[in-house]
Amino acid sequence: MSLDRSDVEKIAHLARMSLDEAQIDAYAKDLTNILNLVEQLESSDTDQVEPMAHPLHMAQRLRQDQVTEDNHRQEYQVIAPSVEAGLYLVPKVIE
Amino acid sequence: MHRKTITEMSASLRAGEFTSVELTRHFLERIERLDPELNSFVTVTAEAALAAAEKADQALQSGAASALTGIPIVQKDIFCTRGVRTSCGSRMLDNFISPYDATVTERLLQAGVVSLGKTNMDEFAMGSSNETSFYGPVRNPWDTKRVPGGSSGGSAAAVAARLAAAATGTDTGGSIRQPAALCGITGLKPTYGRVSRFGMIAFASSLDQAGPMTRCAEDAALMLQAMAGFDERDSTCADEPVPDYSAGLNDSLDGLRIGLPKEYFGEGLDPAVAASIQAAIDVYKGLGAEVVEISLPNTGLAVPTYYVVAPAECSSNLSRFDGVRFGYRCQEPKDLEDLYKRSRGEGFGEEVKRRIMIGTYALSAGYYDAYYLKAQKTRHLISDDFKQAFEQVDVIMGPTSPTTAFALGEKVDDPVTMYLNDIYTIATNLAGLPGMSLPVEPVNGLPVGLQLIGNYFAEAKLLNVAHRFQQETQWHRTMPENFA
Repeated sequence: MSLDRSDVEKIAHLARMSLDEAQIDAYAKDLTNILNLVEQLESSDTDQVEPMAHPLHMAQRLRQDQVTEDNHRQEYQVIAPSVEAGLYLVPKVIE
Repeated sequence: MHRKTITEMSASLRAGEFTSVELTRHFLERIERLDPELNSFVTVTAEAALAAAEKADQALQSGAASALTGIPIVQKDIFCTRGVRTSCGSRMLDNFISPYDATVTERLLQAGVVSLGKTNMDEFAMGSSNETSFYGPVRNPWDTKRVPGGSSGGSAAAVAARLAAAATGTDTGGSIRQPAALCGITGLKPTYGRVSRFGMIAFASSLDQAGPMTRCAEDAALMLQAMAGFDERDSTCADEPVPDYSAGLNDSLDGLRIGLPKEYFGEGLDPAVAASIQAAIDVYKGLGAEVVEISLPNTGLAVPTYYVVAPAECSSNLSRFDGVRFGYRCQEPKDLEDLYKRSRGEGFGEEVKRRIMIGTYALSAGYYDAYYLKAQKTRHLISDDFKQAFEQVDVIMGPTSPTTAFALGEKVDDPVTMYLNDIYTIATNLAGLPGMSLPVEPVNGLPVGLQLIGNYFAEAKLLNVAHRFQQETQWHRTMPENFA
């Protein structure tokens, strides 16, 4: 497995992450090395093995569908980059 | 004062030898004087610490005190602390003042601890050397040209240099045990689900677990007692009773069956470290333990499995950092996509970006079966190895790390070499088992850690096994000279 510049650019786009142009080749090399490490998994025979979903094989605990928290909006918005009238502001999405 | 263990400090506080305010001032003075050389703190909360110490002194006076009341500790900067910056070692959260406390933070405060501040760490706990932190590397108090290990490197260095009585840490692939080993302290990663993860910034949710980092097992028992237990705010927290972790510390080890996995003593292990581990095993033989050679045949799959599971989960967990609701936002985004991309691109460091990309790739359309599903199957094989081993033995022992602390800069440019450093610790997280590291005989003046691995929820047994060793040896009492 070997990733090139365009693979890295595609993955970075999927992850919505800008990369420094000058570093893309270095990322390609590092990610290729990591994937080569991961390829060692192919040597194991797992045909009869169930995937392990949870270390203790526990099922997800569910709670009652009841309101248990107060509204913390104000506290949470104090630390937001940009808010107005209780809303989070982002660049215009719809013209 | 700083040389005492928690138990000794607690006794001195009760006997009136010194107050918690005096003890707190003493540690704050040490931090101010000594930490510039280590960089183990991101934030020191001196004022809040002194206020908490005053309250603790009142509680001690009125007799309403616990074993931890008035004891100055530090929190890894991954635990949310209300009103205090919680950075997770990242530029992304450099401006994040947490609006709430993590359950671990809350429980320790309820137990009466004095929090001195927040410790440095690898960015989002991704690293084994504490070199990926936005706030710069932490240095090892035993040799400041060397790394303290990671990701809980600040916590380990602070405890080793006696800048705090104890610390909290988190362990996803070895992040409590490996820095504990490299800094010569005692670290315990509990069973997955033993300690609540609420308010502990998530890295890989099926692996992450919080635990204590202390001078000795006796102190770890006190810390874990306060930290452990069910929490309805963490849906993965185990609803299992919490035993008294101090009660069995002195239990006899006569007849204890110790398993030594042959895979943990093979190629790659520094022979001097191996000799140190062997000498520790001999101490256990002297205590009446039997040694059994065992095999964990899928050990070689642990690191590759981890580097699918952990990045996949991290790419999902870290998608919440989008520049919209909290944390870093880029300057003048031209549209929403630009806001996401540049906030994340500028807010995350290189190692975090590498792992997000590996995870994104492994989970992308067409690759899921080949990577994530395959890794969850090999994870099962690794877990079954332990299950079979625990049919024959009570505790597994081996080295925590293949070498002593390496030099700053030595491995940071080669991610795969860095990853292989966690070869003995990662399998424990994949299986969800508890693990511990305790200091044994150093090599060339650098600490070595003995790793103990126990069965599910066998923390009390691990603490007992560690404590008995520490009754026979003094390694946990030795201190780095420049910080004595």
